[in-house]
Amino acid sequence: MQNPINEIENQALQEIQQAKTAEDLEVVSIRYLGRKGLLTAFLRSISSLPEDQRPAAGKNANLLKIKLEKAIARERSNMAADSANQPTGIDVTLPGRRRKHGSAHPVTQVLDEICGIFMRLGFDIVEGPEVETDYYNFEALNIPKYHPARDMQDTFYVSDNIVLRTHTSPSQPRTMEKTDPPVRIISAGKVFRCDSDLTHTPMFHQIEGLMVDENISFGDLKGVLTTFVHQFFDQQTALRFRPSYFPFTEPSAEVDIQCVMCRGEGCRVCSKTGWLEVLGSGMVHPAVFENVGYDTARYTGFAFGVGIERMAMLKYGIDDIRKYFENDMRFLGQF
Amino acid sequence: MKVSLSWIKEYVPVDLAPDEIAAKLTMAGLEVDAVENLYDYLNGVVVAQVLDVKKHPKADKLTCCTVDTGAGEPVQIVCGAPNVRQGMLSACALPGAVLPGELKIKKSKLRGEVSEGMLCSAAELLLDTDASGILDIAGEHVPGTPLEKALGLADTVFEIDLTPNRPDCLSALGVAREMGAFTRPAEKVAKPDVSFPDQRISAESIHAHARVEIKDPDLCPRYSAGLLFDVTIGPSPFWLRQRLESVGLTPINNVVDVTNFVMMETGQPLHAFDYDNLAQGRIVVQKAGNTQAFTTLDSKVHTLEPEMLMICDGNRPVALAGVMGGENSEISQTTTRVLIESACFNPVSIRRTAKRTGIATDASHRFERGVDPEGTVYAMKRAMTLIADICDAAIAGDIIDAHPLPAAPVRIDLDPAALNVRLGTDFSKEEIARILASVEFDVHPAGDGSLAVTVPSFRVDVTRPEDLSEEVARLWGYNRIKTTYPAVPAKGRPLDQVVLARSAIRSILTGLSFYEAVNYNFIFKDFCDHLLLTESDPRRDVVKILNPLSDQMSVLRTSLLPGLLENMRKNTAQQTDTMHLFEIGKIFFSTGKDTLPVEKERVAGFVTGNRTHKTWYSKKQSLDFFDLKGAVEDLLDTLGIADARFTPAASHICPYFVPGHAAHVSKDKTSLGVLGKIADPVLKHFGLKQAVYMFELDMEALMGQMPEKINALPLPRFPSISQDITLIVDRQVLVGDVLGQMKAIAEKQALVEDVFLFDLFEGSPLAEEKKSLSFRIVYRSDAKTLTEKNIRKLHAGISSRLVESFDADLPE
Repeated sequence: MQNPINEIENQALQEIQQAKTAEDLEVVSIRYLGRKGLLTAFLRSISSLPEDQRPAAGKNANLLKIKLEKAIARERSNMAADSANQPTGIDVTLPGRRRKHGSAHPVTQVLDEICGIFMRLGFDIVEGPEVETDYYNFEALNIPKYHPARDMQDTFYVSDNIVLRTHTSPSQPRTMEKTDPPVRIISAGKVFRCDSDLTHTPMFHQIEGLMVDENISFGDLKGVLTTFVHQFFDQQTALRFRPSYFPFTEPSAEVDIQCVMCRGEGCRVCSKTGWLEVLGSGMVHPAVFENVGYDTARYTGFAFGVGIERMAMLKYGIDDIRKYFENDMRFLGQF
Repeated sequence: MKVSLSWIKEYVPVDLAPDEIAAKLTMAGLEVDAVENLYDYLNGVVVAQVLDVKKHPKADKLTCCTVDTGAGEPVQIVCGAPNVRQGMLSACALPGAVLPGELKIKKSKLRGEVSEGMLCSAAELLLDTDASGILDIAGEHVPGTPLEKALGLADTVFEIDLTPNRPDCLSALGVAREMGAFTRPAEKVAKPDVSFPDQRISAESIHAHARVEIKDPDLCPRYSAGLLFDVTIGPSPFWLRQRLESVGLTPINNVVDVTNFVMMETGQPLHAFDYDNLAQGRIVVQKAGNTQAFTTLDSKVHTLEPEMLMICDGNRPVALAGVMGGENSEISQTTTRVLIESACFNPVSIRRTAKRTGIATDASHRFERGVDPEGTVYAMKRAMTLIADICDAAIAGDIIDAHPLPAAPVRIDLDPAALNVRLGTDFSKEEIARILASVEFDVHPAGDGSLAVTVPSFRVDVTRPEDLSEEVARLWGYNRIKTTYPAVPAKGRPLDQVVLARSAIRSILTGLSFYEAVNYNFIFKDFCDHLLLTESDPRRDVVKILNPLSDQMSVLRTSLLPGLLENMRKNTAQQTDTMHLFEIGKIFFSTGKDTLPVEKERVAGFVTGNRTHKTWYSKKQSLDFFDLKGAVEDLLDTLGIADARFTPAASHICPYFVPGHAAHVSKDKTSLGVLGKIADPVLKHFGLKQAVYMFELDMEALMGQMPEKINALPLPRFPSISQDITLIVDRQVLVGDVLGQMKAIAEKQALVEDVFLFDLFEGSPLAEEKKSLSFRIVYRSDAKTLTEKNIRKLHAGISSRLVESFDADLPE
């Protein structure tokens, strides 16, 4: 005797689904639940069943009655909602009322990202003046007057002893003069070189890093810079450390990364070499420690400098460094 | 610095491909910038066979040759060489080839006869000096074979971007030594023998002719001199010219060429004097003193400074020491006796002279960086043996070697443990010794486990154990050193407030539709005039750059506004007419010539163009002062700087604003900055036409007013009640003053929670000079729900006080 009730259920639910209008639904409702409806008829027929089957059949039929009533009600409210939307709704495809969001300069964005990476490694941020004394920009960094290394950085002079800083490295002696080891800092900002062409602007941005403690090694320098490059570009970017010369580090290393454009295959960006020079680094020269009164027998440390514009060029595929400082909205709007 | 592979091979055997050599040198710290094939210019020159020779119908000295160039049918080539003959193999430059001297080979007609190429002489191909006839190639060669291949011409020139610490590698021997470190680490480079050949030694002693006196030994620790007699001046032999040309030098004459060759070979600059032009045969090394002017051998007159080191003869200066020789004593066609100078000068002194006189020579480049103090005699003898041979000269068998300040060899006590800590390596003592010995360091074990290292005299850059660590690291290979991670205490400092403030301001302003600009710190010097600043304005205390790139970048800015206005001009020129732009950056005030300027950080920005464009929901509306003020208010409010005061700004503070359209913003008597509408003359100066509204705020002042922390207040428990007041006042009355007074009352009256202006009306039916201001006052008690009755008296009191203060009328 279960079959008739299942059949009623399946049929009724199907008809409820198929009902297109409130009228259709009313017809379905009357067909099953009305005074002469199929379910009503079934309920009435229960009394004719054997006594032991009556309670179960009655319960099932009543449950079905509730289920069908709910289904009809739900469908009815859906229909009501749809009909409310359709004729009197809004055109949701009209453009919204926008307040356009601006954006930070790409150099700032890359600077923030790089600072973020080093801050997660425990580096503190320090800042220094953009106009520097010859002492902090050169002498304290083991670059005396008339040293040929001064040719490596074309300097803007304000007077014999005052320069626009040519690098962020003055933050090294300035920090160490005030702080005992361990030191773990980065220092970001504008730097200036008397140079202007397709690949040079007279002002650009650098981030300087310095870590000093007992037992800091060249291997550690490699580790920290590898972490940085892998976080900034990706884990697949290979690094190459190449001997170079900076008067304030010994040994000194240029860091090349595998060209991010061609993945080392050789392209225009990397001059077919597959490598891009992105960082200068090295172990802090003992003369720099002596200038700030650090014990050279006890402490070692490493330092590095990154050019931000170049990193941003590689990250965003910017082709001309001068675009950074023209502040064309069509450029700024892309970041 | 250029050097060719064949040159290097004279001192050390190298059996590596050029690219491999370049890679190894680069990874050892001698960055190879370019690897060039020396004979690239022979592209398009092939071996050709002369099949037939006929007389040119119209020219006696020309022949018409039928030549097999290896490319299909033989071609006709017109040739003027006397030695051309049937069957010979020669060199043919095909159409398209470009020979030395920019000679472009084309198919052409020579006196009516077609010529499809050119048969070349050795001289034309820079292979020899022989220009008497076309190249006669011996042996068997297939016509069409590239000449370079047929003659086995192969040489590679390396261009090395040397760092200033490696003057020892400014020479072929130096580069060979580095190369030897990885090709034959256990052996030294083979230096040419420089003992004077007996048959060339003259009976005369140099001491009978010349005398050297060093008056400033600290500037010239060593001066060696040698003398040659019976010198025949002439062109150099081909090998010598080719060597010089391969590294980019121009041959001059045999004596000068030898001195240049030896400099490129050994790194020791030499100078050759015409001995007969040296008064009294004397060489005096001394400062210029009172001598005013000197003419160098390039015929330029230089003004001398008393400190400049000069080489003088018995009467006068004859050379700018270490920089350039003098016209008065240079080698000429008639020179027969030559004095060779091989000296060691103080690098700083040379660099100063070179900078002051603006002369940069290969010699000064090397002296500035430091030459081998023990290398003078060897280089001089090398030059003398070559000159004796090439110029058929006799040598004074003895030399002068004035050496008042001998340099002691540098000895370094190297602790292998410290080296390993520095590098993060575990080299044994023996390994370190082996690596250092490969570049000619003399290493011996010392008693206490350390190494006694003697630095070779040419390595003037190595003075400390740390320098040796670099030697070991670079020769071992940086990339073979294990990558490790530092073990450091997990300890840090809080972020600087300015870093936080900058980042907050940036995120607020970008949220308010502003884009960030970054401008140069330097700017055109007339910017103060363009901003109409008064003569006494402190912003005229600019820092001037001594060596600016241009007038447009000659002073440091004292305001961010001009840079931003410049940005606006560039953008409007690109049809961008609506912009919100801001900049955070430093400005600089001079404090005197030799002191650091005061650096102040500023936040500035502007709005220009349309608030809304024409859209389906709005009309086009222009931005105005209140859009800018709203942004500034939002900025201050979000930074936690509540209730900043905006007051009309005096025009001498910001003369660049339209009078009456400028506000000064302050908080608790601290000035935060200004904002306003840019005045027409300023717009004109910057080439602008469109109205622009700008603000400039001081970072330090903002930071001073930002709350250190936020104190959360309990939420009100009872509802508020609002009452309005409308006042009819004179138009001159400032809303800010009315609100100010209302707020002052609010501060004393616990029940007043907020006051704000909600309507402003001017015009009919009001009188011309009147305006109507409607304010709403929000009352709330923290003890009960207020009713209109509770505040009636208070509200009436406020109203009458305002009427009194501002001479206001209430609406009827």
